[in-house]
Amino acid sequence: MSDLSRRKLITTGIATVAGVSGLAAARSLAKHHGLIPPDAGGFYGLGETLDYAAQRILTRHSMAREFPPSEISNPPFANPVDPLGEEFKRLQAGAFADWRLTVEGMVARAASFSLAEIRSFPSRSQITHLSCEEGWSYIAQWTGVPLSHVLGVVGTLPQARYVVYRSIQSDWWDSIDMADAFHPQTLVAYGMNGAELPVGNGGPLRLRVPRQLGYKNVKYITSLTVTDDLKRFGKGLGSVSPEGGYAWYAGI
Amino acid sequence: MRHSALVRFTHWINTLCFLALLVTGVEILISHPRFYWGEVGNINTTPLFKIPIPSSRSSVPTGYGYVLPDQNGWSRYLHFQSAWVMVFTGLLYVIYSFISGHLRKDLLPGGADLSWRAFATSIGDHFRFKRPGEEEAWSYNLLQRLSYLAVIFVLFPLIIWTGLAMSPAVASAFPSGVAVLGGQQSARTIHFFVTVLLFLFLLVHIMMICVAGLRNRMRAMIKGHPTNKERI
Repeated sequence: MSDLSRRKLITTGIATVAGVSGLAAARSLAKHHGLIPPDAGGFYGLGETLDYAAQRILTRHSMAREFPPSEISNPPFANPVDPLGEEFKRLQAGAFADWRLTVEGMVARAASFSLAEIRSFPSRSQITHLSCEEGWSYIAQWTGVPLSHVLGVVGTLPQARYVVYRSIQSDWWDSIDMADAFHPQTLVAYGMNGAELPVGNGGPLRLRVPRQLGYKNVKYITSLTVTDDLKRFGKGLGSVSPEGGYAWYAGI
Repeated sequence: MRHSALVRFTHWINTLCFLALLVTGVEILISHPRFYWGEVGNINTTPLFKIPIPSSRSSVPTGYGYVLPDQNGWSRYLHFQSAWVMVFTGLLYVIYSFISGHLRKDLLPGGADLSWRAFATSIGDHFRFKRPGEEEAWSYNLLQRLSYLAVIFVLFPLIIWTGLAMSPAVASAFPSGVAVLGGQQSARTIHFFVTVLLFLFLLVHIMMICVAGLRNRMRAMIKGHPTNKERI
């Protein structure tokens, strides 16, 4: 072996060891600061972790852009949804008077709220963008109670890390971290453009997370579960999105 | 051209990433092959233009009687992962180019080269598909330098910027970065056009390598030096 190739071998060896231990150190540091998303395993874990970690470092407290009323999309847009089940139709026939939003898990006072109770909470209206991962978008005014208020009413425990939310459509659920859950613009929305939230847009209740893409904004929500561990839900990837091949973090 | 190990390494990593970004970008585009200008756009608004292809979503009116399979999940995962790797290797390449003198010696056109006459000669040589002479085989020619500089310092920064501007979270943190582009749909449209330019660059790049001698050029970019024969 010539000196040159030996030197190359040693340099490459040192570089590899440094690279691997650097990555390991970065990983444990990221884990300590809660920067590892639930779908970090597998081939795409590196990209997904970098997306989520970079966003949490740079955009944790940023506010989604709000627009003047003149920017509201007209006509409003509603993406087609899967046919709604019997349970939904029964509640719809009763003008959603019996619709409940249950809040459970790592909370001091688990509760179940009617629509009327949700509407009696302090409300917030904001004109924001809703973009779909497919490429289309629209702007609407959304009205609802900030999720942070609901979480305040039930009292989340200090170890809580995520909020899991479920739709009345049984195969549709998702989760967000506490940075998004307590973000002032994250709403349990019941109004759109000054009227009740239309069924086509997720009425009577939709979780609006304006800093994430459309698919994180689950329609027809019926329950919130506060947890410290997403492994216990579904396949443990954080939501149905990664189970269907889509990223859990949809801020990009 | 004698290519340093770092140039060769970053070149091939970027090749892989670019191809992955191109394929997944097309897959994502298929789910909504319409482009808009401004902040918003959907099937109820007038597009700037449409790509006449079938879509992977039944909600998009394309005129085709069928819907393609949805590939967006893995495409988006791979698109962003490749973008990260490409940004890191790209940064490594640019920093190296500044420090090692690669930028000054090999990429920036020399004083004598920067005349209209030299420019016209270089363009003429390209149109005649003139094979590079002895001297040229060891350095980039004027058009080559200018197009590499444009790709590295104009098109890549622009495609990263327009890509990030489409992210709702990035837009929340850097709203002026979106406003300057004219809105999130404008960012998407510019992203598409920059992709077209980069794809054209790729085609011309491959064509030029074939004209200059595929075997030797590939050997130069893999092993670092062309064969001795080319020196004569």
